[in-house]
Amino acid sequence: MTLVYLDNNATTMVAPEVCEAMMPYFSEMYGNASSIYDLAHSANNAVKESREIIADFLGAKDLKEIIFTSCGSESANMAIKGTLEVNKNKKHIITTKIEHPCVLNLYKDLEKKGYRVSWINVDSNGDLNIGQLLEEVCEDTALVSVMMANNETGVIYPVDKISEAVKMRNPETKVFVDAVQAAGKIPINVKDTKIDMLGISGHKFHAPKGIGALYVKTGTMISPLIVGGHQERGKRAGTENVPYIVGMATAARLAKEALNDELTRVKALRDKLERGILSSIKNSVLNSKSKNRVPNTTNIGFQYIEGELILLHMNDLGICASSGSACTSGSLEPSHVLRAQGVPFTSLHGSIRFSLSRYTTEQEIDYTLEKLPAIIDKLVKISPFQKELNEIFK
Amino acid sequence: MWEYSDKVKEHYKNPKNVGSIENADAIGEAGALACGDKLKIYLKIDNGIITDAKFQTFGCGSAVASSSILTEMIIGKSVEEARKITNKDIADELDGLPPEKMHCSVMGHEALEDALKDYFGEKEETPSKENTDKVICNCFGVTESEIVKAIKEKGAKTLDDIREINYAGGGCARCVPNIKMLLDKYAKKDIKLNPVQFILKINKVLETNVAHELGKDSGGIELVNVDGYDVYVKLTGTCSSCKNATLTLKNFVETQLREHVDENINVIEVK
Repeated sequence: MTLVYLDNNATTMVAPEVCEAMMPYFSEMYGNASSIYDLAHSANNAVKESREIIADFLGAKDLKEIIFTSCGSESANMAIKGTLEVNKNKKHIITTKIEHPCVLNLYKDLEKKGYRVSWINVDSNGDLNIGQLLEEVCEDTALVSVMMANNETGVIYPVDKISEAVKMRNPETKVFVDAVQAAGKIPINVKDTKIDMLGISGHKFHAPKGIGALYVKTGTMISPLIVGGHQERGKRAGTENVPYIVGMATAARLAKEALNDELTRVKALRDKLERGILSSIKNSVLNSKSKNRVPNTTNIGFQYIEGELILLHMNDLGICASSGSACTSGSLEPSHVLRAQGVPFTSLHGSIRFSLSRYTTEQEIDYTLEKLPAIIDKLVKISPFQKELNEIFK
Repeated sequence: MWEYSDKVKEHYKNPKNVGSIENADAIGEAGALACGDKLKIYLKIDNGIITDAKFQTFGCGSAVASSSILTEMIIGKSVEEARKITNKDIADELDGLPPEKMHCSVMGHEALEDALKDYFGEKEETPSKENTDKVICNCFGVTESEIVKAIKEKGAKTLDDIREINYAGGGCARCVPNIKMLLDKYAKKDIKLNPVQFILKINKVLETNVAHELGKDSGGIELVNVDGYDVYVKLTGTCSSCKNATLTLKNFVETQLREHVDENINVIEVK
């Protein structure tokens, strides 16, 4: 059976090289990285080397700036709660309306606990109102939190410029960047920015699920989320997950090597898919027209038909994609990102995200372009909005 | 993510009776574009018997399946028989629907009802039969009194609490504003006390509820300090030398303060 996987923003296939690199740390070099004997040294060295690779991947100056975590959500929670804990006198947070639920729901929770949260909006292209964001910065602002790339639309936010401008207004305000959807897709280099913290998640760039990292700039104080042993210099207790750390580092090394491929070949495939759908399917519209998008993502709305039904029919032909954010697809509310952008109801419920990876082939894109029009055609025929659709297809 | 029954899959993959009927004897509608669900049903009726039915649906897999199976269920039935079909009958015929998707069967039922009203010339809305206890959540058939009960007796404070107790508001979410109104009206408010009010309230509970009880054994209690949720107290009279003092503090004093002031309070004894 054909399998065309176009949902790489949800998760990715573990790269074969990553699997291979991890295996010895389960079976031969299984020592606890904190122990004294030789068996442990090999584990400890592996963690150290992995930290070097991740530091290089993110452009960190110092190995101490990298903390291994279990996932992107943990990285975000640690950065946010850890910052607020050591800045208890400040009660204001600035973030965007289009953050990932793991960040969004945490801020909603903090709002209930007495924090004032400024929610910055995006325009219809998906671009952020940076002027409004900067105006909100005040004496009381503990944290500014902006994602580097959006998971649903792929729109990139200029976090380096934002961090610079925020610090001009209040040098004490900390800046956290959720870079989960940017890592492996576009270059990340925190070195010459004013970003204080930046989180990534391994499984979005061909490492397994269950491993992430948080960059914390030297001199930035945060309190730990998980308290216990001295691991990660007391910032994150818990025995080091050696095989997964090695896996993520291997994936990061491969992603860095493949970045050029991502920015050229993958982008060309994405553009081919996007242009192909928009030209062959009359009721399709591009949801995020921003010029700054990660090379692998496109989000397309199909007017007057419903997204889940499209996905179910695509699934029958072996094509995997998603509607809304995978995290919200258990509920019936339409995507908060597309709503913030003001996507009209005519295409809001029929919006599909296609996200490619470096493993996506041209044949897979051709197959999708060949099959999708018939699916949409079938569903258009079922729609009660025949009059409106006739107008579009006229 | 939900798992659909084979019957649901069969019907969304190959829906039966798709389309419209020219010169239909009755047309019914339910749902709206903004909600992500809309269904239109067309009926051909001869001598009180439904001879043909067609549908058009904007919605998810289970919405299409509900519409499709509904048309199969009603063709050949009399209008009276068709009127007796409930949303549960539609869901049962599909071998069940996931809870989040029950509203799809409701929509099918609503469209059928609407069509039959059209047929009987009843389209002008007649007032609801059960004014006393109106249904708030159509998806799960939850009434106002059931929601109020969840708030008053089960202590529901948020929409999520209500969803957990009786699913209301967990389907199409159209009734969420109404549920929120009921929450505003009936749910206990967590009023944030300022530190002075907080201490005064603690003192009052100690003086009225606690001191009175301890006084029965010739004991007493004094409030020494309050630091966040930590309440420092000193036991006096016979209580000060009582072996069970710690027990008294935890089981009685702390329970009283947690119940009447704030559930996060810790009571600490000062000698």
